[in-house]
Order: sequence, then structure tokens, then C-alpha cells
Amino acid sequence: MAHFEKAKSLNEWLDQRLAINTLNRVLAKEYWIPKDINFLWAMGMVLAITFGILLVSGIFLLMYYQPNVDLAFDSVNFTIMQEVGYGWLWRHVHAVAASVVFLIIYIHMFTGIYYGSYKKGRELIWISGMLLFVAFSAEAFSGYMLPWGQMSYWAGMVITNLFSMGSLELNGIVEWIRGDYVPAQAFLDRFFMLHVLLIPVAILALIGVHFGALRLPHVNNQNGEEIDFAVEAEKYKAGNKAASKVIAFANDFMSKDLFVVAVFLVFFFYLVFWNYGFAMDPVNFDPADGLVTPAHIYPEWYFLWSYEILRPFSKDIGLVAFAFAQVIFFLLPFLDRSPNAVPANRRGLFSIWFWAMLVDLIVLTAMGKLPPEGIYSTIGLVAALVFIALWIILPIITKLEKKL
Amino acid sequence: MKEFIILAVVTFFSLLTYWLVEPFAHSQMHAHVESEGFAYADLPALTKEGNATRGADTFMAGGCIGCHNVQALGMETGMSAKDAASAYGVNPPDLSNAGAIYDAKFLADLIKNPAHATIVEHKFNDMRMHPMPAFYGAGGDDIDQEIADIVAYMQSIAVQAEEVTPTMAFENACGRCHAVRYTNWTQLGEMPNFKYKKDDLRFQADVLDYQDAVKAYMGKLPPDLSMYIRSRNEHFISTFIENPQSQLHGTAMPRTGVTAHSAEKVIEYMRMAGDPLVEERNETGKNVMIYMIFFVLFAYLWKRQIWKDLH
Repeated sequence: MAHFEKAKSLNEWLDQRLAINTLNRVLAKEYWIPKDINFLWAMGMVLAITFGILLVSGIFLLMYYQPNVDLAFDSVNFTIMQEVGYGWLWRHVHAVAASVVFLIIYIHMFTGIYYGSYKKGRELIWISGMLLFVAFSAEAFSGYMLPWGQMSYWAGMVITNLFSMGSLELNGIVEWIRGDYVPAQAFLDRFFMLHVLLIPVAILALIGVHFGALRLPHVNNQNGEEIDFAVEAEKYKAGNKAASKVIAFANDFMSKDLFVVAVFLVFFFYLVFWNYGFAMDPVNFDPADGLVTPAHIYPEWYFLWSYEILRPFSKDIGLVAFAFAQVIFFLLPFLDRSPNAVPANRRGLFSIWFWAMLVDLIVLTAMGKLPPEGIYSTIGLVAALVFIALWIILPIITKLEKKL
Repeated sequence: MKEFIILAVVTFFSLLTYWLVEPFAHSQMHAHVESEGFAYADLPALTKEGNATRGADTFMAGGCIGCHNVQALGMETGMSAKDAASAYGVNPPDLSNAGAIYDAKFLADLIKNPAHATIVEHKFNDMRMHPMPAFYGAGGDDIDQEIADIVAYMQSIAVQAEEVTPTMAFENACGRCHAVRYTNWTQLGEMPNFKYKKDDLRFQADVLDYQDAVKAYMGKLPPDLSMYIRSRNEHFISTFIENPQSQLHGTAMPRTGVTAHSAEKVIEYMRMAGDPLVEERNETGKNVMIYMIFFVLFAYLWKRQIWKDLH
């Protein structure tokens, strides 16, 4: 056993046993972040806080939720929303956070794309981030099943049907996933388990990987400047903070993060109390009914773009396009052949590509919700084709890019 | 400055997406129906001045109380709601406060031609009679005068129009077909608290029998309205009450003919059932916002203090 001196303070006592001072130095005081950043760099912290809000509100909801097809709807809409003190608050917070988290994820993603933060050693940050996106999507979808409303039921029906793989008609897989011929008790039970245990655990692990992947390549900066972190850190530690190009994670970076988080929370709580309709679809306040199909079935807004890549094509082509859309973002670090890890506005054609992709995704999102009729389905088809074309030309235009 | 430009860009694309998937998409998915303010303009105007005293006699002579209770006056048909439903399809409403809950023009047309006033002529015709027989006069010279008298009589026995409560309006106009489990309302009235399980089961069996009758009459069991205040918006509910055919063409649901005031009360009842904590929500929201503004302020001051050495 190691030799332990008698500690003179609680801090020392803990340090002997947990090395808290080393941890504090490595993870906070001497974890160097570039100084040349803007508020978009705080989106990671906003996401962490939002995930925390989802976790805490979810724990409260879990105390009263009943994963049973006969009780689920009323346990949410009556027990939690009316009988439990402030149950409605936790439910609104949970539902709105689940929707807003995707807005922040998309902002976070497009920040990464714009500033080239997936290049030159940062590939794993991007890939672990995309895995988080997939995990959050699964979490959102499984959570959407739980109130057992009309949209829960029919979204569950439509999405699990995708696994029959179109003309392959692998209905056995669909039944295996549902545990029944239609979404029913077994289906609700397993999505409940996924939502409250397996996927959250996966998300926590992935967040660890995501943070870890950031450590060696360091955070990117606003100008794509290559910083010698060791030299700049010495300047900072010597007290020359103003001249140093880096800042410490805590409290320098944290204090800015916290301010951005605070502003975000004002917006968030405004939505929670006064503008929650976008996150709590009215149709889902009708109890699940396998005999009544809603007039319009559409996913939550954050899935609309990929839904619209599936929808305008015939069954099999649609599925292939859909699968393409699900995986292609993972490959971004490898499809972008340019040697430049600088903001998109300095990268010529890529700059056009970036804005075209952003606008195309917004068009797809809008068309994904609108009824697939007339002009809307034409626009949807064109936007889906543009999406695919943009990814095909990406390696070509980035290959042509001159080294800056 | 640069940060503000970035913020403006992010805000612009976020709001654009929001506008496209929410207000715009919903305007394209749902036909907009304008309210007519419960004027019932399609119904003939009342031309005669009713006389309540004469109306009392016509009311009795017309045989209204053969099917309708008037509990306020102690008139009962002696038929249970369940039996009435199996005889007529649905339990005929108690007429004690009908004069206050329903529009006078509507009542007059209803007495003369029930299927016309309730806009269910696609369902009832010469081959399949409406369960409420049309009134062909009680022996007088002028049927319109007689009807005006009956309506005047019903108004005279009812509470004042402004005294109609949410429960009164809902139970009479909606609650004989629709259950609302979040307020304990069944088509047979409020679910009592029974001491013995068998009494409870008996009551529930009666409810099921009643619902079977309504199902046969309407084609399907009218939905439980507990969460309709959130699954449909207020505008939808209001215009739907005004004329069910306007948003659900061909529906078996009859127009109920409630007054604008009663319709408001019905919506109030539905809010009570599905979204009763609006005030608590607004109050809590206000307090949270006050807290958050201080939070932003302190976070900003802390950031400034830390960053003054960094610039």
C-alpha cells in the first residue's frame, strides 16, 4: 500500500486519494482553447446543458409514466400534466428540449462544416459527433412513441415498416422489431427500454468519446489558424494573457459559455411556457388508434429533410436515397479532398456548396411536412436530387481547390 | 460586431425553417374556416313574436314531454337515459335550460324540421326518419306562431342566457354523445364513487349499453373529448361546433345550435378537462423569466470580469 501523509486540509485529503488538483489542471485550468472564437463555439456547452435538462426532466417523468398501451396516454396527459404538481412543467421542458436540442445540433454541425472543423486530425470529432446525432435521433424517435398518441403509433408503424426493405418484403424483420404484427404492447415496452436505458447509456459513452476526440487536435478557431498550443500556453502561464492566442477552459472559456447558455435558456423557457406547439404536435394529443389513420403523417421537424429524401421517389429508389442520406454525412471528412481547414468563405466553390447544402436542407425540411401534392412534390424531388448531386460533386470541387 | 452578424444569420435561417414547417405548412394542410359568429344565417329569420303563456299549452299539446325531460319543472318521461338511447339512438336532451343554451332561430327550425336545422339531411330522409318527429302544428292556424310560442316558453323557463355555465352547456349540448374521462364525465352523467365494486361494474355496463346505442345511431362512438383542446385548436373547435360539416364533410354529428355564449362555455369546459393549468403555466413562466434575466445579467458580468485580462 502506498504511503499517505496526514492531510492538512480537505483539498489535500482528496488530492491524495483522487488527484483532484491534477484533474483540475488537466481538464480545466490548463486545457487550452483558442481565443479567436465566437459564440458558435459555445454550442457544445449548450448541448451538454440541454442534454442535462433532458436527463433530469426525464427522470421526473419516469416516476409517473406507465409503459402500457392502455395507460400510457393518460399517465402522460392526465397524471403528469394535471395531477402531479408541476408535472406539466417537466413534460413541457422535456418535449421542448427534445426538439430544441436538434436545432442546436444542426447549428453545431453546420458550424463544424463551415469552419472545416472535421479536417486535419479532427475526423474523429466529426464521426463521434455524427454517431451522437444518430443516437439522439434514435432517442428522439423512441421517446416519441411513449405518450402513445396517434403520431406515436403511426410514426412507429411507418418507420418500422422501412425495415421491410421495400421490394425485398422482409416482413419478418418488421415483426421481429415490433414484437407483433402492429405496434402494440411489446413494441411500447422495448422502445421504453431503449429510451430510458440503452440509448441514454450509449449517448453518455459517445459524449465521452466526442470530448476525448477533441483533446489532441484541440478546438478549431475562427480563422483556421494553426496554433502552437505549447508556446501559446507558456505565454499565458507567464501572465501574458493578452498576447497569448489561447485561453484556459476554466474559467475563461466557461464564463463565455455560461453567458451563451444563459441567453439560450431565456429563449428555451420562452418556448416551454408560451410556444411549445412545434414540439408537441397536436395530433399526438389524440390517443393511438390503429383503425384511424391521421390525415397527414409527418415526423418531427428535425427528421423532415431525410423523410423528404425518401418520399419523392418510388419505393426502392427512395429507400436507397434515404440510406444514402443517413450515412453520407459521416463521410464528410473523406469526401472533402481540400487541404485547407479554413472557413468556407475563403474556400471558393466550397463556400457555394455550403450555402447550397444549407438551403437545400431547409427546402427539404419544408417539403417534408407539406402534403406531397402538385408543386410541393416537384420541389421535393428536385431538392432531393440536388442533395445527392451536392455530395457527388463535393470531392471534385474540393480536389480542384488551391492550397491557401 | 461579427458575432452579431453571425447571430443574425443563425436566427434568420432558424426562423425561416420554423415559419415553413409550422405556420406555412399548417395553413396548407388545413382549410381555413371563418366563423359566422353563431349567427346561423342559413336558417329562416323569426318572423313571429312568441307568447310564453300560450307556448306552455302548445308545448304540452305538441307532446314534447313524451320524449324530453324538463327536470326544472318536475316533468319526467320515466324512461332511463339508457332506455331512451336504445329507443331513439341517443338520450333526448332535458329542456329545462334549452331556451338559454340554444339559439332561438335554431330551436324554431329544429322543431319544424330537425334534420334540416342540425344539417344531417344526408343521413335522414323519408326512408329513414329523424328520431325527433317534425312538429306539424298543434291545431292552430299558424304553425310559425305556435313554434314561436314554444320557443318563448322554453326561454321563459330557462336560466338567463348569461347564467349558462360550462358544465350546463357541455352536458346538454355535447355530453349525451361524448364522454370526457378527465372530468369523469360519461354519457350517463358524472361517474359516481361507488362503495361496492358490483355497483361500479353495473354503472359501467350501463354506460357500455348506452354507448352501443349511440354507436348504432351515429355510425361510430363519438370520441372522448378530454384532450381536444390540445389536439384541435380553439378556432377549429369553435367553428366545428358552429357547423360540423364545415370541417368534416358528411359527418354524422348534428349541428348543436348553441349560442355564441354557450359555445364559449363549451370550450371553457374542454379547457378545464384538457388544459386546466394555463394560469399556473403563465405565472410560473413569468417567474422563471425574471430569474433568467438576472441569470443572463450575472453571467455577462462574470464573463466581462474574466475576459478583461484576456483582451
